Amino acid sequence: MVALPNRDVDTDQIIPARFLKGTVKTGLGKVLFADWRYLPDGSPKEDFQLNRPEAARARVLVAGDNFGCGSSREHAPWALLDYGIRAIISTSFADIFQNNALKNGLLPIVVDPTVHRELLEMASKHGEIEIDLPNQILQLPDGRTIGFTIEGFARRCLLDGVDQLGYLIGSADAISAYEATHEPRVSTL
Amino acid sequence: MVQAEPECPEVLYIDLQLVHEVTSPQAFSGLRSRGLRVRRPDRTLATVDHIIPTHDRSLPIQDPLAVSLMAELRKNCEEFGVPFHDMTSGREGIVHVIGPELGLTQPGMTIVCGDSHTSTHGAFGALAFGIGSSEVEHVLATQCLLQSRPKTFEVRVDGQLRPGVSAKDIILALIARIGIGGATGHTLEYTGSAIRSLSMEERMTVCNMSIEAGARAGLVSPDDTTFQYLAGRRFAPREFDKAVAEWRRLPTDEGARFHRAITLDASSLEPMVTYGTNPGMGAAVTARIPTPSEMASANEREALEKALIYMGLKPGQPLLGQPIDVVFIGSCTNSRLSDLRAAASVLRGRKVHPRLRVLVVPGSQRVKRDAESEGLDRIFLEAGCEWREPGCSMCIAMNGDQLSPGQYAVSTSNRNFEGRQGQGGRTFLASPLTAAASAIEGAIADARRYLT
Repeated sequence: MVALPNRDVDTDQIIPARFLKGTVKTGLGKVLFADWRYLPDGSPKEDFQLNRPEAARARVLVAGDNFGCGSSREHAPWALLDYGIRAIISTSFADIFQNNALKNGLLPIVVDPTVHRELLEMASKHGEIEIDLPNQILQLPDGRTIGFTIEGFARRCLLDGVDQLGYLIGSADAISAYEATHEPRVSTL
Repeated sequence: MVQAEPECPEVLYIDLQLVHEVTSPQAFSGLRSRGLRVRRPDRTLATVDHIIPTHDRSLPIQDPLAVSLMAELRKNCEEFGVPFHDMTSGREGIVHVIGPELGLTQPGMTIVCGDSHTSTHGAFGALAFGIGSSEVEHVLATQCLLQSRPKTFEVRVDGQLRPGVSAKDIILALIARIGIGGATGHTLEYTGSAIRSLSMEERMTVCNMSIEAGARAGLVSPDDTTFQYLAGRRFAPREFDKAVAEWRRLPTDEGARFHRAITLDASSLEPMVTYGTNPGMGAAVTARIPTPSEMASANEREALEKALIYMGLKPGQPLLGQPIDVVFIGSCTNSRLSDLRAAASVLRGRKVHPRLRVLVVPGSQRVKRDAESEGLDRIFLEAGCEWREPGCSMCIAMNGDQLSPGQYAVSTSNRNFEGRQGQGGRTFLASPLTAAASAIEGAIADARRYLT
C-alpha cells in the first residue's frame, strides 16, 4: 500500500490536462500525479509518496476523502492502472471517477473514517493488505477482516467478466422498442 | 427508462450526446475495434472546444498534438456519420454553449457528454451529466447507459439578489457552504424565487457548477423563461405549442420530498471569490482569508494550509486588493452574451490595469457575432482587453492560453485546482462583474464600486 492522505484530490492532479492530447488509453502511468511527482526540470520530487522506493510496487492506494473529484477524464483511472494501482481505499469517491474506475477494473473501496485512519497509517509504512473481492473483505495482516461493498452489477462485471457494453448491446430489442414509442423531438442531422 | 432488471442497473435512454475532441478518440476506437456503428448519429453532435486555439482562426496551429487530436475527431465524425461543427464552420463553440443556443437542449431530455460540466444543460429541466470515455462509447453504440438512481437534493434560493451580485455568486456561495463533495451521490434541484427570476443564461451558470459540489447533475424545473428562450431556435420543436404543453407537466410536484435540502437567502449574498485550490474554498470579496485554526477539523486545517502555500497567500489576509496578473473572462460557466454584457458594463469607458493581460473569450461563434453586433468587442478592445475566438481556452489551458508559474488570475471559469489554468498558475474564481472590476484595479476588486 501507499498513502496519499490529502483530501479532495481532483483528477487535474491525478493527470494534468496537458497530458490529455493522446488518442489511446495506454502509457499514462508516467504522468500520473505529474505536477506532484516531478520538479519543473522533470526530475522526481523525492518527498512525494509515490516516489519513495518502497512505493514502487504498491498496488493499493489509500487516499483522502472525496478522491477523484472534478473533471470526468477517464485518463485518471487509466493513469492509475498503468502505474500499477489496482485498488483505491478512501472514505468517499467522486461519482464520475468511481464509475470510470469500475469500468476499467480499478476498485474504489469505501471504508469508514476509523478504519481509514488506521489504513492510512499502515499505508504510510507500506504495509500489506489482501483484498478479497468475491467476499468483499479486506484482510489485515493481524488477521482482522473489514467488510466493504462494491455495487452488485459492477462486482458481477469484474468477477464474471461481464462486459457492460456487451450487456447493453444485448438489450437491443428493448432499446428498439423504446425508440419506436418515443419519437425524437430533435435531430442533429 | 428502457428496462430495469433485478440486480442490474437501469438502462437509461439518452436523448442527446454531445462529443468533443479530448474524451472521444478512445470511444470511437472502441467502436471500430468491435465493428460497431454509431446507433443514432441524429442524436449526436460533435464540436472542437477544449484544444482549439483562440487566436485568429486563419493562423496555423502551433501544437502538433492539437492538430492531430482535431483531425482525429474530424475523421471519426466522417467515418461514423456524426454531425460535426468544425473549427472553421462558424458554428463551433464550447459544447455547453452551443447545445442550448441551437435549441438542442430541451426540457425533459437526458443529455450526456464526456465532460463534467454537462450539468449546465440541467438549467432547462433536462437530466444532464458528465460521463467518462467508456460510457461515451456505450452511448455511441447503444444510445443507452447503465445507471443507478441518484439521491435528490433541493437547493432553495429565496429572496432577491442585490446589485452587483450574480448567478455565479449564488453557486460559489452554495459550494462554499456545502463543500466540494457536499452533493456527491445526489442530483441537485435549484428552486425558490431567486432561481425563478434568473434568466436561462444565469440558470446555466448555476447548474454548470453543480459538479463542483460533487453533484453530477443539477437542474431547474422548466417555466415560461425556459420556453421563451427556446422559441424560434434552430432545433426547437416545430410543433412548439404542443411541446410546451408537455413540458409544463415536467416540474417537480409542489411539496415533493427530497433526500436532502438546504436554503440560501439571496438577499444576504455578496460577490464571491475563491482563495484556495478547490471551488469550495470561497468567501465574500470583502472577507478575509480564513485561518487554519478556525477550521472545524484537522483534515480541513491541513487542506487549507496546503492550499494557502500553493496560492502564496497569508491566513487572515483581506481578499480585496490582492494583486493579480491575468483576468480570464470566458468558459462554459460565464462566456455567454449576458456575461460579456456584464463585464462590458464595468469596462465601458475605462482601461484595464497596464500590468495585466485580460482575455475575453466568447463561448461560441454565435456569442461572438452577437457581442460584436452590439459593440461589446469595441468596449473590450478600447479598455485594453484581448477579444479572442471561442473555445474553452484558459479554463483548462490545453490550447496555449495559460498562466505562467506563479501568476495570479481572476477567472470566470469553474475550477481553481492547482495548475488548472497552467502549471503553477493560481486562480481566483469570480463572476464576470468581479473579473472586470479586478481587471481595472489590477487586484481583486469589488464591482459594486463601478455600478451606475
